[in-house]
Amino acid sequence: MKTISKFLILSLVILGMASCNNDDDNTPDPVNEEEVITTMTITLTPEGGGTPVVLQSRDLDGDGPDPQVITPVTVELVVGVTYNGTIVLLNETETPAENITEEVEEEDDEHQFFYIPSSGLDVTFDYGNFDGDGNPLGTEFTLVANTASTGTVNFVLRHEPNKPNDGTLGDAGGETDISVTWDVEAQ
Amino acid sequence: MRLNFCIRCMLGLACVQGYAQTCDYSISGRIIDRHDDSLLTGATLVLLNTGETVYSDLDGIYEFTGLCEGTLNIRVSHPLCEPSNVTISVPSNVPIDFYLEHHYEELGQVTVTGNAYATQSESLLENRVKLSTLEQFAAGSIGDALNTLSGVSSLNTGNTVVKPMINGLHSSRVTIIQNGVRMQDQEWGAEHAPNIDLNTAGQVIVLKGASALQYSGDAIGGVVISEPPRVPVKDSLFGKVILNGATNGRGGSITSTITKTYKSGLYATLQGTVKRFGDFEAPDYVLSNTGVFERDGSIRIGIKDFDYGLEGYYSYFRNDIGILRASHIGGAQDQVAAINSQQPLIIEDFTYDIGVPRQEVTHHLAQVSAFKRIENLGKVSASYNYQFNRRFEYDIRRGDDAEKPAVDLELSTHQISVDLESDLSERVSVKTGVAFNYQNNFANPETGVRRLIPDYDQYRWSVFGISDIELNSNLFLELGARFDYTTMDVLKFYRTSFWELRGYDELFPELEVETFGNQILTNPKPDFANASATAGLNYQFGNGLILYGNYSLATRAPNPSELFSEGLHHSASRIELGDLKFSSEISNKFAVTLQKNEGIFQFTLNPFVHFIDNFILIEPTRVEQTIRGNFQVWEYRQTEANLLGVDVDLRTEITDQFTLTNQFSYVWGQDTTLDIPLINMPPPSMVNALEYNVPKFHGLNLKLQSDYFWKQSRFPDNNFEVFLAETETNELVDVSTPPDAYHLISFMAQMEFPFNNSNNKITVGCVVSNMFNTSYRNYLNRLRYYADDLGRNVGLNIKVNF
Repeated sequence: MKTISKFLILSLVILGMASCNNDDDNTPDPVNEEEVITTMTITLTPEGGGTPVVLQSRDLDGDGPDPQVITPVTVELVVGVTYNGTIVLLNETETPAENITEEVEEEDDEHQFFYIPSSGLDVTFDYGNFDGDGNPLGTEFTLVANTASTGTVNFVLRHEPNKPNDGTLGDAGGETDISVTWDVEAQ
Repeated sequence: MRLNFCIRCMLGLACVQGYAQTCDYSISGRIIDRHDDSLLTGATLVLLNTGETVYSDLDGIYEFTGLCEGTLNIRVSHPLCEPSNVTISVPSNVPIDFYLEHHYEELGQVTVTGNAYATQSESLLENRVKLSTLEQFAAGSIGDALNTLSGVSSLNTGNTVVKPMINGLHSSRVTIIQNGVRMQDQEWGAEHAPNIDLNTAGQVIVLKGASALQYSGDAIGGVVISEPPRVPVKDSLFGKVILNGATNGRGGSITSTITKTYKSGLYATLQGTVKRFGDFEAPDYVLSNTGVFERDGSIRIGIKDFDYGLEGYYSYFRNDIGILRASHIGGAQDQVAAINSQQPLIIEDFTYDIGVPRQEVTHHLAQVSAFKRIENLGKVSASYNYQFNRRFEYDIRRGDDAEKPAVDLELSTHQISVDLESDLSERVSVKTGVAFNYQNNFANPETGVRRLIPDYDQYRWSVFGISDIELNSNLFLELGARFDYTTMDVLKFYRTSFWELRGYDELFPELEVETFGNQILTNPKPDFANASATAGLNYQFGNGLILYGNYSLATRAPNPSELFSEGLHHSASRIELGDLKFSSEISNKFAVTLQKNEGIFQFTLNPFVHFIDNFILIEPTRVEQTIRGNFQVWEYRQTEANLLGVDVDLRTEITDQFTLTNQFSYVWGQDTTLDIPLINMPPPSMVNALEYNVPKFHGLNLKLQSDYFWKQSRFPDNNFEVFLAETETNELVDVSTPPDAYHLISFMAQMEFPFNNSNNKITVGCVVSNMFNTSYRNYLNRLRYYADDLGRNVGLNIKVNF
């Protein structure tokens, strides 16, 4: 019985040590998602002057439950005008906000934007910037509304797509980093 | 020596003749190792009629004297051999030699009385994976080896992450014991394989129930016990090397064990394994980024006597596992493309390189244990063990983060336990014990990805008692109970939006610590009191027919993943949400096993019914729009579940040389609250094998095996639709429909070649699996959406015992 009590005492001692050792109440640091893209801002500047059209998708809690906020409800384009488009990606969970566009442009061979108008919408997109191999990157582009029509445009950013590709998502493959759709009206 | 023996014999015979009609006969003879004819010193011979005990001497010779005329029952045992009972008549005109099976191969199967129920259940059938089977899987994983048992399947991620599944349950519901230590290796994750090198085991036992209460009370699915090989008490040096090469994966493994033992009871074992494979291949394409690189080692030093023992053990496990490149996808639109494509969307040339995604896991286990037998009390054992598990998961990332792990977790566990085994009477034995367990999880914030599992401290106090009662020589009873009290101190960052959506801000305002931007730091301190119990019996009808009956009550506290998940799980391409309000699962399982293990027709029938309250499952609830597109949201939920099933094993010796074996397993799982089938239940399966054995011809063994898996027809419908802008269509994302039935044929051959006076031998084996290069997908493989399973493999293994 003596041996047993020795064992028990030993275990209690170790138990006590284990309990004390880890009482240091250091608060962990919060992790701000470094790769998350919370905000995509697309600025369409009419060639020859005029008020730029600004499209924005913003989802500050990332994959949290809050829905993304997409503005404007309907993007209004003027038929015949050529718009110079630029895309800016931000991670606003960090302060100051991190500009993700720079990373995407640095890794231009691993990224590509796709602009997918619905069939009823008569618009034309052309890539405005390219990677080192001459394949499209697409953070800059031009957009022309050809005839009066309505529909949607889906902006997609793919990571590690096959390059070159035939311009379809199916052929490009890779992983979707962004996919946002706007209602568009050209008149 | 032999001359000496003969003289003795003659003298003995002379005596027998000289003193007939009196109780003065003697018998003598030698104890011989059946394997190599060496003489065995120190064998114990017990005359069961009188209890008289003698030992064989240095020349392996024993002698009983003062015997009366009649029939005698003698039990012969040796530390390294199966004991055998022999009946002889006195007087005998010839010396009586006893042959014992004495071989390193068999070590794993020897049961030594006194240690028996440390790992045994009296009322549940122990399903054993023998050393010879383990050796066939030397280049595989412990999950692959366990798959050979009926009722045991696995939840796979590719073919290198293999999680054992017992009667349809896995992960936290299956307790894994290595060397007497409960593994704490982040077993909660479906894509976390056990961190065990199966080459450390002498045998592996599976209990399909929670009755191993000395280890855990929450093994709702069952217990896997990996036992080290036994060491003999004699001066010896022995070991083995196993070399493995395989065509699929173009790699192989080498594993080696060397053991030095002394008559004094001192022993030391050193063991190591290196395993390396490149990309594995399906019948029609390379499974890119599925290579594996594992290196393990273990050392054991101890001293063992009948009265006391002391042992130190350390094992190291390190595994780098590539995860199929094509399985890493963005949102639902990528999922549609990946599932609808007939083959993986990324196929590259074969390489040994392991890129991203990949897992890098390291597990350290150190233990000091001791026992002492104390007269009038019993055997007291105490142990302390420490485990450290480090897990990195690397993902496909962008920019500065590309080289950083996405998951970086450190799990440390200390456990101390004291047990007492006593025989209350000849027929009643009791084992009781107490244990304390402290666990700390640290999630490194440097990853730049929100913590999947939060930082926590966990304390667990446990007490158990088990009793074995021998009612008569045929009927054994087993009773046991255990109580665990677990308390956690968690520091968890929630997204404020989630915290409020769930109403936690109103339910648990006291847990809130501080707000950081859109995150809130909380300090939950859940505690769980878990009682578990088991009761059962086994009845031996004779002729090898045994009936086992077992009831077990097990309760399991929710694991950190079930409580705290909150965010995108990249490897599953879905958002997973846990629930802080979960309570413990309560399981009631009844299992009956009828086994016949003698004769030309042997069988095991094992039906079971299993009722689980508060069963935690994860299911899709909606689709969430994010800037990255649509993701399915899976939420954990508690429900009532029923599982019913049966495992059948048949073995028929057609002739001396031909043996036919059959296995069949079926599980029916139902969520009885919603009245829908449970997800991920193994489909019915049947394994048939024909074996041809010619022991005398180099131990020739040939085996042809057929594995048939039906299509799982019972599954919940978790499909959803996603709108694709490019085609302007709504597409169904079919994540539910199980793959078709499949049939695989494999062939194995093995021969042995003794050398160096039969003391050593070389065993050469060849395996062809998926012989016809059948393309198939396995319902229980999490990557089945993206690629076919493995194609044909031809493997060669060479084992040298020295």
